[in-house]
Amino acid sequence: MAFNIQQSYSKMNEGEVLLAYKGSINTDLITNVLDVVESKLEDARSVSSVKKKVYSVLVESLQNLYHHIEDLPGDMKEQFDTRFGILVVSRMDDLYRISTGNFVRSSKVKHLKEKIDKINSLTRDELKDMYKFVLNYQKITDKGGGGLGLIDIAKKTGNKLEYSFQKYNNDYYFFNLNIYVTEPSE
Amino acid sequence: MEGSPKTPSVRFNAEKGIIEIKGRSIPENAIEFYKPMVDWLDEYSRNPAKETVVNFQLEYFNTSSSKCILDLFKKLEAIHKESRSVIINWYYEEDDEDMLEAGEDYESIIRIPFTMIEMEEQ
Repeated sequence: MAFNIQQSYSKMNEGEVLLAYKGSINTDLITNVLDVVESKLEDARSVSSVKKKVYSVLVESLQNLYHHIEDLPGDMKEQFDTRFGILVVSRMDDLYRISTGNFVRSSKVKHLKEKIDKINSLTRDELKDMYKFVLNYQKITDKGGGGLGLIDIAKKTGNKLEYSFQKYNNDYYFFNLNIYVTEPSE
Repeated sequence: MEGSPKTPSVRFNAEKGIIEIKGRSIPENAIEFYKPMVDWLDEYSRNPAKETVVNFQLEYFNTSSSKCILDLFKKLEAIHKESRSVIINWYYEEDDEDMLEAGEDYESIIRIPFTMIEMEEQ
């Protein structure tokens, strides 16, 4: 089955959508998105610790996108904005979902997949140790990220990272990441 | 230095030995923002006040900032090792366990005792 961006986007738009965006991911966009979501969260009924988690995980996932988005080749540039990415923040029953999508070079898929699988396999204490280790010993990359984003997200949400890679063409896969923040049970 | 939507307000007073970082630290590129502070602390550590009091009152910080904040703490640790008193106050909002945990993580890495201060929500 051929990959269809619109299908993916619609699928990400399930639940009560707080914000949905498809296009270029740049610093101004990030600032605007954070503003919008913050004010929507203010009106939401969730407890403040959950709102804070959603906001802070959103910051991290947007900046992850920002730091890792690929420059697309010419034929794809005609179809997609430069620095193309997708972001949907939605709410379903007792959880928030932050869903991101971006193109990833085929050569990077294996590494990214292994990294997420590794994070998903760790217990909370192991994640905490990994976070501290990377914080203390790994240099910041020239992209500005510290390799901590996904670890931090997993640690804060306490939930597994849900992801998929769909083949777009020989060089690119579309990477979809779903992050869940759950309301604490009463 | 005044705060902005993505960066905290910063107050350094070398004479009194007071350092205050307050607000949000979520810039895309934190190194750029923190470099002057690291340089300032470098300079300060040559002739620090008898007692240095550091107040960290962050509402949010991203992982890009977290490494830079660790750099600041490492400079402070160096001052502490020279037998100068360094007091670190780590403020967090009521119920913000993530921020409390972040403080504890730093404390376990740099080996200066932190004072954790919970703030009531307004």
